[in-house]
Amino acid sequence: MFKEEQIQKVKEEKKKWNEELSKTLCERPERLPRFTTVSDLEIKPLYTPEDIKDLDYSRDIGFPGIYPFTRGVQPSMYRGRLWTMRMFSGLGGPEETNKRFHYLLDHGETGLSIAFHYPTLMGYDSDSPMARGEVGKCGVAVDTLKDMEILFEGIPLDRVTTSMTINPPASILLAMYIVVAEKQGVSKRQIGGTIQNDMLKEFIAQKTFMLPPKPSLRIIVDTIEYCTREVPRWNTISISGYHIREAGATAVQELAFTLADGIAYVEAAMERGLDVDEFAPRLSFFFDSHIDFFEEIAKFRAARRMWAKIMRERFLAKNPRSWMLRFHTQTAGCSLTAQQPYNNIIRTAYEALAAVLGGTQSLHTNSLDETYAIPTEEAVTIALRTQQILAEETGVTNTIDPLAGSYFVEALTNEIEEKAWEYIRKIDEMGGMIKAIERGYPQMEIAEAAYRFQKQVDSGEKVIVGVNKYVTDHPPIPIWRMRPEIEERQLRRLKEVKRTRNNEKVKQCLEEIRRASISGENLMPYIINAVREYATIQEICDVWREVFGRYTDPGYF
Amino acid sequence: MSTERKIRILIGKPGLDGHDRGAKVIARGFRDAGFEVIYTGLHQTPEQIVNAAIQEDVDAIGLSILSGAHDYVFPEVIRLLKEKGAEDIIVFGGGIIPEEDIPSLQQAGVKAIFTPGTPIEEAVRWVKENIKPRK
Repeated sequence: MFKEEQIQKVKEEKKKWNEELSKTLCERPERLPRFTTVSDLEIKPLYTPEDIKDLDYSRDIGFPGIYPFTRGVQPSMYRGRLWTMRMFSGLGGPEETNKRFHYLLDHGETGLSIAFHYPTLMGYDSDSPMARGEVGKCGVAVDTLKDMEILFEGIPLDRVTTSMTINPPASILLAMYIVVAEKQGVSKRQIGGTIQNDMLKEFIAQKTFMLPPKPSLRIIVDTIEYCTREVPRWNTISISGYHIREAGATAVQELAFTLADGIAYVEAAMERGLDVDEFAPRLSFFFDSHIDFFEEIAKFRAARRMWAKIMRERFLAKNPRSWMLRFHTQTAGCSLTAQQPYNNIIRTAYEALAAVLGGTQSLHTNSLDETYAIPTEEAVTIALRTQQILAEETGVTNTIDPLAGSYFVEALTNEIEEKAWEYIRKIDEMGGMIKAIERGYPQMEIAEAAYRFQKQVDSGEKVIVGVNKYVTDHPPIPIWRMRPEIEERQLRRLKEVKRTRNNEKVKQCLEEIRRASISGENLMPYIINAVREYATIQEICDVWREVFGRYTDPGYF
Repeated sequence: MSTERKIRILIGKPGLDGHDRGAKVIARGFRDAGFEVIYTGLHQTPEQIVNAAIQEDVDAIGLSILSGAHDYVFPEVIRLLKEKGAEDIIVFGGGIIPEEDIPSLQQAGVKAIFTPGTPIEEAVRWVKENIKPRK
């Protein structure tokens, strides 16, 4: 970006500055022995053209909407359309969550996002012994199509897009969504949304797993194949770094492991015989926006550039849409504190700003009370308003990728990219991500990073306001509680559904799922048939657990 | 060589909750502090945890719960320990647990609850002061 003589001049002037700096430091040393990001990347006191002297504008930065997409995936970015404001919601039963959905839409939310309770996430029904103590607590209880019908009452599925954080039973929830739409008179070709459907990061970090990696991947590819043909507006997978980061990974690890997971999915779908340009435009991503402002922005910019290279150079995709890394962002739950919880509003606002300056397509902002429970209506309103203020008051949406060309941001983008490639190379050498997971490699890297960070917090090297510095008492805040009658109602409804459905037909449908599971046929049409007859999530998952076996946690620490 | 037995602690992740960052950090912290640590891995029922604790002859069980299921899981583990005549195994825990739930958990027999932000050192100190290795 600079001529050789310009760089020479900068170097000479930098010498002078260094002399000045030394004098100043003799009188007043720097505040800290090391200045580091939250991920422990060391940051220099000053960045100059010298730090990005090898950067080529056209090759490395370019224009928004054009390869390598460093500046964003759309040519107009937020001047054309704002990011989707999508608040992750689920509480109690489908009735309570439907009410929350309506509340959020009425307050300006622009997309839905479902948080399911643990039994649904793990493929169990509310009446399972495994569900004891968990019903409706961490999200909404969904056992059958009946619950999904209630969940979407009064919400036209041709006018809203929905993201579902669901993994082992992702295909089942997608099938239910398709049938709910069908009952509303909306064809599956019209519906839009996302299923998370990313099992590799479950083994690595989020840990809602059910089947071993290979059959898990087979069901994922079934959904990719089916949606490519039948549900063209659906994002078949949300390849997620969020949970990897929340489990304690560094920014570089989050980026590298997520892209390595993406590589494994592309390979699996191509092995099935799908053409890369058929399915790749519907792959989507999901990242964490942590508290270290510039590190996050650099991570998002590096992610886009890396994925574009991976798709074009490694997988030889030709469709520009296959090269685009489109992503949802959630502000960092793990950066929030139970102490002085109102401070969480501020943290979330900075993190949301980083996500927007990093060019996100969709955003969830955490609520101030989420270190205690699911958010109250008041808390979630502040979190949504945080996005609206960012979008419509601060002016940061006026121009595209405003930090491009910053010596620091460009240098940090390059550094994060280089370090992430090193991890990807290492994983390739192990034989790919499934092999790496079987060796416990990403799991141990993350556990190590989490432990290192905790020790830095304990020693005071990393400051968390209200936790290890500026500690004061705070009065308790109001928190959401799950009412016991919600669980009773859920169990009653499940019993009633099982009593009134055509049990003979359900049995047949489950038999067909078993047969297709063994034969290798695409499972989606059979799952759709089964949920239409009100087969429960656990009934379908039990068939899979029998056919494919279970995955149990190796318990690395 | 000291003949004294080390403190043995079982770190348990009960229920369907997958948040294991805290459990793993504390397991490493206890190990570095010189305790013997057994980690159950995820998705354990209270029965599995209690059986493992008895089988491994531990001095204490530390439960980590972030899913909101603490009001069922903690009392259930304590009930099962009593049922199996192993009530001398001390139960403590941590996770996302609202302040107002702590008194009833303590009443049920949970000896200590460590909420978010607790330094590893504080938990280690509590263990040293409150848990003695059995002879």
